[in-house]
Amino acid sequence: MIDRLDEMMKFQADALNLRAQRQTLLAANIANADTPNYKAVDFDFAKALAAAQASGSAGAAMADAQKPEMLYRQPSQASLDGNTVDMDAERGQFADNTVRYEAALRVLSAQIKTMLAAVTG
Amino acid sequence: MSLFDVFGVASSALAAQSQRLNVTASNLANADSVAGPDGTAYKARQVVFAAAPQVEDGVTKVNVAGVIEDPSPAKSVYNPSHPLADAQGYVKMPNVNVVDEMVNMMSASRSYQSNVEVMNTAKTLLQKTLTLGQ
Repeated sequence: MIDRLDEMMKFQADALNLRAQRQTLLAANIANADTPNYKAVDFDFAKALAAAQASGSAGAAMADAQKPEMLYRQPSQASLDGNTVDMDAERGQFADNTVRYEAALRVLSAQIKTMLAAVTG
Repeated sequence: MSLFDVFGVASSALAAQSQRLNVTASNLANADSVAGPDGTAYKARQVVFAAAPQVEDGVTKVNVAGVIEDPSPAKSVYNPSHPLADAQGYVKMPNVNVVDEMVNMMSASRSYQSNVEVMNTAKTLLQKTLTLGQ
């Protein structure tokens, strides 16, 4: 029974977890916008979510073996100090990720409400 | 790596950018200081940022690796009536480039603002997460 609940929420829970991770990475990129030789990093969200789905129960995706693969961002323009943070791109991605995090949160919330309605009748 | 780490990352950037702003303020204030405590003209200072990867939570903070003195030579200005003028009538003025400093100031202030925004967003998201299922 609990197993079923877990299964139902797994997708959104994993998505939420990965969104939070990505948010932190993007925050680090924005924080290091003026650091010489800093290379901006990100990960492929779709791929990471697919990998998390293939693994066991929700939350297990965050176990060490399932960490998303970090990739360096390809800079659109070269900079003299070796920094590859493109502030506009990072800010855009950050805003995008924020909205998608909230979306995952709402869907998860709705799922919990649905289940609650079924339980309480 | 959780959403809480955003606070640590963004605040490290705030600290670094505000130190940069401080140094810029000091440079601008002393742009005409011909004699410092050691009797020579003020030397411009610059902060050096370094990325500080946090091994345990996998995020990268910023820290100020140091404050360096600008090695460029002092500007010589011909002003024989100045009390500190040398035998040829030249006064050594600070090597502060006011235009550079203004650019630094704007860049630091914009970066600071961006990081404040990042922090606010993370706070809003966490608060919304707290109401999950309600």
